[in-house]
Amino acid sequence: MADPAIVVEGVSKRFRLYHERNRSLKATIMRGGRARYEEFWALRDVSLEIPEGITFGLVGENGSGKSTLLKCIARILRPDDGKIRTRGKMAALLELGSGFHPELSGRENVFLNGSILGLSKRELTARFDEIVGFAGLERFIDQPVKNYSSGMYVRLGFSVAINIDPDVLLVDEVLAVGDAVFQRRCNEKFADFRRAGKTVVIVSHAAEAMRTMCDQVAWLKDGQVVAQGRSEDVVDDYVDEGHEDRVAVAADEAQSRWGSGEVRLQSVRLVDRTGRQITHPSTGDAVTFRLRYRAEKAVPKPVFGLALETLDGTWLWAHHTRDAGFVPDEIYGEGTVDLHVPHLMLQTGTYDLSASVVDYTATHQYDYLRRCLRFDVEHGTPRESGGFVALGGQWSSADFDA
Amino acid sequence: MSSVAELAKSRELFVNLTLRELRGKYKRSLLGWTWSLLNPLATMVIFTVVFRFFLKVEPDPGNPSGLHVFAIFLLCGLLPFNFLSNGITGSMGALIGNSNLIQKVFFPREILVAASIASWLVSFWIELGVLALILVLAGNFVLPWLLPALGLVLIQTMFVIGLGLLLSVLNVYFRDVQHFVGIILQIWFYATPIVYPIRVVAAALEKYPAIFTLYKLNPMVRFVEAYRDCLYDLRFPPLLDTSYLFGVSAATLALGVLVFTRLEPKLAEEL
Ligand SMILES: Nc1ncnc2c1ncn2[C@@H]1O[C@H](COP(=O)(O)OP(=O)(O)O)[C@@H](O)[C@H]1O
Ligand SMILES: [Mg+2]
Repeated sequence: MADPAIVVEGVSKRFRLYHERNRSLKATIMRGGRARYEEFWALRDVSLEIPEGITFGLVGENGSGKSTLLKCIARILRPDDGKIRTRGKMAALLELGSGFHPELSGRENVFLNGSILGLSKRELTARFDEIVGFAGLERFIDQPVKNYSSGMYVRLGFSVAINIDPDVLLVDEVLAVGDAVFQRRCNEKFADFRRAGKTVVIVSHAAEAMRTMCDQVAWLKDGQVVAQGRSEDVVDDYVDEGHEDRVAVAADEAQSRWGSGEVRLQSVRLVDRTGRQITHPSTGDAVTFRLRYRAEKAVPKPVFGLALETLDGTWLWAHHTRDAGFVPDEIYGEGTVDLHVPHLMLQTGTYDLSASVVDYTATHQYDYLRRCLRFDVEHGTPRESGGFVALGGQWSSADFDA
Repeated sequence: MSSVAELAKSRELFVNLTLRELRGKYKRSLLGWTWSLLNPLATMVIFTVVFRFFLKVEPDPGNPSGLHVFAIFLLCGLLPFNFLSNGITGSMGALIGNSNLIQKVFFPREILVAASIASWLVSFWIELGVLALILVLAGNFVLPWLLPALGLVLIQTMFVIGLGLLLSVLNVYFRDVQHFVGIILQIWFYATPIVYPIRVVAAALEKYPAIFTLYKLNPMVRFVEAYRDCLYDLRFPPLLDTSYLFGVSAATLALGVLVFTRLEPKLAEEL
């Protein structure tokens, strides 16, 4: 077998967390020298071998050290211990933006970034149209990039990185930003890369996408490698292990909340048949979404609603009590509302629930909790092959038996 | 990758970054490049009015040139000092202002400092060109003396790069370094014979020769004197002075490179 493209040997990386927010010379002199800080190990003795010509994934919870490892490979951070060897020309697309200068135009940034990545002016001129075309930014290329949306930013960065024709491409969580068309084109580019025998390393906390995109995956947890191997196996383990620490988010921990407050949602829970709270239902399970509310005064005809989305923000499903013809004349005080789901027809993955109470015309919000409950679905029955929803269908044929 | 290829790659990047600095500096201003000249000229006018006409500062006539114009005397010191001050201030912004690049892409970080200083060096050259023109118009046939003057620019560039590397990286670790440097530059300006001839200091410190020796240890004192020798007086600066300047500049550069390479690996996380 050929030499690996990237070898990571016993790499550890330590960050210092300073106690003072403002580190100034004045404060340091007054303190008489050393700054006070705590040490924090973001990576601990990580070893990996990434063979040439494959697409390699790094999965793990937020904060597990994926980005740190990628930055060490990209030589942006220097490990405190261990060695990293890479072969060939490398391009990195780290979280948002790849070092664009906000005041300069897209065109100037392409040339600047390209020269940082090692292209001469002549090579860049030759590839310029292709770069801009792939990003789909022909009309905006002479505007300052500070006017770009985050999607445009990422598209341009990705386009530069990919068109400098690197041997190794490092990508951190950026693909979630682009729209579906761009994501598809990126995936095609990855496929081209693979065919050309080049190596791609992708980082994501959204495990499901990695299952299909990657040949091999390593799973990082608290800065250490838990597992490395075929992507299906590792991603299954990662999903099943069910991020233990993840419990139902209390209502006041929702990602954002707004509303006038005549009715407040006090908790949003996922419970099983016996009323016990669960965080890891399986496909096909009977589950109940349970809302507890409190109305400070009599509120006529309130409408309760629930919505589900995936981690990358795709809106999967929504349902509210008005469409179901289940609206009380009035509520007052505390109470609960349940939505019984006889069969949870979601495939494995992580989902976010949002909940709301609005008035009957749906124009006035009493309370809205965005992404207030996150849960992971594990393998169950039916077990179907991919995507978010399970249809529970049956294969059959009039012409053969199987 | 071979180091030659690495170097060629860095050269291209260096040129690109320098051009970016220059463009950024002059792009959106109505007068474009002339700004680069208006600034020192405005300072020249103000200082000439205040120091020459209000305070009656009297420069010596050029020896042997015989030139006797305060404004030109002033410019010969002001332009090199501006290069120092702009170069240092620019360097201190070079790392912090490009944190987005440093945190996203790998490349030799010292290029940022070098490019910032190079852009100020280009401004300095243009200003010196205009000064040469003024000198010729004022009757100083300065052309042959531009060569030793360029030698001085080279030595001073070493000095500025050394300080720039040192202070730029310190400024990442301690954000108030730039405030201190701002104050120090003001003191430094008046501790250098720019708006007054050195003769005045010598006279004032006649009874304290030790302090005068100390005063002359300031490399900018000798830089300004040496530039004046070449451009105003039309004579070679004393060899002792130029050797001193070369020694100090080389040492400063070495210190800057040393400190920078020590602190550079952690730049991305300290920014
Ligand atoms: N520059 C930094 N200074 C201090 N801590 C950091 C720095 N960068 C990352 N960390 C910490 O290191 C840990 C790993 O971060 P990261 O690699 O970004 O995780 P991931 O990409 O897997 O979400 C986190 O706890 C994060 O807070
Ligand atoms: Mg990350």
